[in-house]
Amino acid sequence: MERKVIELDQGWDYMQKGITKLKRILEGSVEQFNSEEYMMLYTTIYNMCTQKPPHDYSQQLYDKYKDSFEEYISSTVLPAIREKHDEFMLRELVKRWGNHKLMVRWLSRFFHYLDRYFIARRSLPALNEVGLTCFRSLFFRQNFDTFCILIQIDKEREGEQIDKALLKNVLDIFVEIGMGQMDCYEQDFEAPMLEDTGVYYSHKASSWILDDSCPAYMLKSEECLKKERDRVAHYLHSSSEAKLVEKVQHELLVNFSTQLLEKENSGCRALLRDDKVDDLSRMYRLYHKIPKGLDPVATIFKQHITAEGMLLVQQAEDAASNQVILSFEFLFFDSQVLIRKVIELHDKYLAYVSDCFQNHTLFHKAMKEAFEIFCNKTVGGSPSAELLATFCDNILKKGGSEKLSDEAIEDILEKVVKLLAYISDKDLFAEFYRKKLARRLLFERSANEEHEKSILTKLKQQCGGQFTSKMEGMVTDLTLAKDNQNEFENYLSNNPNAHPGIDLSVNVLTTGFWPSYKSSDLNLPSEMVRGVQVFKEFYDTKSKHRKLTWIYSLGSCQLIGNFEAKKIEMVVSTYQAAILLLFNTSDRLSYSEIMTQSNLGHEDLVRLLHSLSCAKYKILIKEPISKTVSPNDIFEFNPKFTDRMRRIKIPLPVVDERKKVVEDVDKDRRYAIDAAIVRIMKSRKVLGHQQLVSECVEQLSRMFKPDIKAIKKRMEDLIARDYLERDKENANLFRYLA
Amino acid sequence: MERIDNVFYSYANKSSGLIDPEGIEALCSDLEVDHTDVRILMLAWKMKAEKQGYFTLEEWRRGLKALRADNVHKLKKALPELEKEVKRPTNFVDFYSYAFQYCLTEEKQKSIDIESICQLLDLALGFQFRAQVDYFIDYLKIQSDYKVINLDQWMGFYRFCNEISFPDLSNYDPELAWPLILDNFVEWLRAKQT
Repeated sequence: MERKVIELDQGWDYMQKGITKLKRILEGSVEQFNSEEYMMLYTTIYNMCTQKPPHDYSQQLYDKYKDSFEEYISSTVLPAIREKHDEFMLRELVKRWGNHKLMVRWLSRFFHYLDRYFIARRSLPALNEVGLTCFRSLFFRQNFDTFCILIQIDKEREGEQIDKALLKNVLDIFVEIGMGQMDCYEQDFEAPMLEDTGVYYSHKASSWILDDSCPAYMLKSEECLKKERDRVAHYLHSSSEAKLVEKVQHELLVNFSTQLLEKENSGCRALLRDDKVDDLSRMYRLYHKIPKGLDPVATIFKQHITAEGMLLVQQAEDAASNQVILSFEFLFFDSQVLIRKVIELHDKYLAYVSDCFQNHTLFHKAMKEAFEIFCNKTVGGSPSAELLATFCDNILKKGGSEKLSDEAIEDILEKVVKLLAYISDKDLFAEFYRKKLARRLLFERSANEEHEKSILTKLKQQCGGQFTSKMEGMVTDLTLAKDNQNEFENYLSNNPNAHPGIDLSVNVLTTGFWPSYKSSDLNLPSEMVRGVQVFKEFYDTKSKHRKLTWIYSLGSCQLIGNFEAKKIEMVVSTYQAAILLLFNTSDRLSYSEIMTQSNLGHEDLVRLLHSLSCAKYKILIKEPISKTVSPNDIFEFNPKFTDRMRRIKIPLPVVDERKKVVEDVDKDRRYAIDAAIVRIMKSRKVLGHQQLVSECVEQLSRMFKPDIKAIKKRMEDLIARDYLERDKENANLFRYLA
Repeated sequence: MERIDNVFYSYANKSSGLIDPEGIEALCSDLEVDHTDVRILMLAWKMKAEKQGYFTLEEWRRGLKALRADNVHKLKKALPELEKEVKRPTNFVDFYSYAFQYCLTEEKQKSIDIESICQLLDLALGFQFRAQVDYFIDYLKIQSDYKVINLDQWMGFYRFCNEISFPDLSNYDPELAWPLILDNFVEWLRAKQT
């Protein structure tokens, strides 16, 4: 039987009845659709779509489907929502949305046949999409105010309770209506929300920044950020979190960054000054995620440390200039204090970097740069390299730090080596250290061999093998020297005729390892001449091809003085002994006689005679009696000298070696710069001036910071010696001459 | 050619066969030019004379031929033109460099003492860069870092005069490859200016 054609009007009429019933259900009626009704409605559509043209009404039905929604929304839904306000409006919206979804579900079931063939054939949106889009275009596109949602949010920010679940439901609509895209949520809600947030916090920040201290402001900021994150968890979409946090950070922390950090009495500087570790940790936490947010904090950190360090340096400098200079002893005292304080400073701020600032590289860098500034200052005329070397000497020598435990000493040595990293003139430190090490080793003043070895290991780790090779050589030399001495003693016992009549011990050192000393022209006392000769004979039996250079200035001697009261053993330097022994032949000698007979120079002589006649132990009587030695003085043996001890040590103050050390290091640096320039040019062949200079500086930076003028001078010298030439066309270019 | 040779022999020393300092003095007086005048140096340059104070026959021939002069009168007339030629930028660098090397009298000599350099600077550059030359000469006399000046420093000074605005020195950059003596000179000048 042929189906009866259903006319459009007729069919639509029927559908309309069903739609109307659906509307009633949505409005609250308890009616329902039974399966028969549903089938009828579905079949009506089916028939109207499958009729032969001109009666296939697919397009019209599709359009009418859409119209149904539009009509319902504009006439019923929108007004219902609009007539309410605030929360009530939102509730209505949620309810109506629920209804709408239901309507879409039902109608799309009725009209389902369209979905099966028509929409695909015509590439049209599916019924579901059509339904949802209607809601969206009618509702949101008509300037829906997210305003009342934002009011709720701001209320919550002010501390009032709001219906979070309601907001979540409302915002879910924004998401759902996007049908997979977030554009509705982002454009119609999120963007205005972010702007409102910005305004809200900008307002708050402006008043807080004036009234609150930095820590209080930071605390509030931290709380605000936490609350905003909670907000996201409770009802905002998760995708909003990053943007929201950024907005809040921007208004609270970025915009007022300078005013906040620089607040008088409570800003970053003050917090550092007052050791407010918690507040600084908070500051780090807050600014950590903001791009470049930590830069100003690190800068203030660096300035603070630099100021503290410079203060220590200034205090030491003041102490140095106030002291009446007697001898080296004040320097020793002050350098101890200064270095110890610098170590403490270092420990303190290292703790800050690890505790407050989570070991962030920016703060390690700030600290490093700060230390590099004040650790390279000269104090009381001594370069910092010298101060550090003196400090080490004090720890390692006898009488220096015996009260400290081994662990404590290891700890200090470790810290001292770390400080060396900040000193640019490392080669200067090495030279001073070497000189003092030499004295410790030769005069047996080392407190503990293990510590000596330990610091060398640490230095090697930090600065490389080349840095410590000579020092290690020195230590080994001493061990070998002991063996050598034993052999010498054996030699003497086997050749009793060779015995020089005095007890002699000799340290044979490898020249290259030890600092350079002037070999003296001392007129050796006759008592010692034989000794030297015998040793030389012995040494020649061991090795024929070595040349021995005697450095008497480093020797020490034990003399027995026959004084009227009692004999006293005196431990003196070889030079002092040489002078005293002159008085074996004459009781009275003038300065010039002593000079001629000993063949020592003025500088040495004044110092030596002072130690024997003007200091604690007056072995010689000086005429005229005064505090200083002059070339017109006469010296006489003092038979009345005595002391309660049987054995005394007559100290000889050390000559200030600073000038020589600096000269030696300067000389070495010239060679080092030459070598670096030649090395670089040999491999590059042609190089521009600035590049050559900067590569040179980099290569040498491990040991010292070369002066640019010094590099230029060496380059000129190398040009004159035909190692390099300047390019004819480009005056800034240099060429290596093979 | 013959005439040129004849003129040569009229000034040359009979025994050495060269024009020696005496001969040059005589030549100068005939040319009505002081023997310390820069034009003599220019003449030497044109001749490519090797030894200061002496002209060989070959050098003489070279110079006079180039100047198209076969007698003293023509030579005198050629001097202004020679001056112009030397002052052309392309030639001047060569002349300036020549002036230095001409003053090296010893075999392995590579530098010239300060006193002579001051005179040479005045001669070779004075007319062109009076102010710079005067200041530099003052500086050379009071500084003690350098006792002699080498060719690199000599040429460097010419570059300095050409490239650096004077007296403000605003475009001088000590980080570039200027010889150290010029860095020190600029420091000294700047200190004076404050």
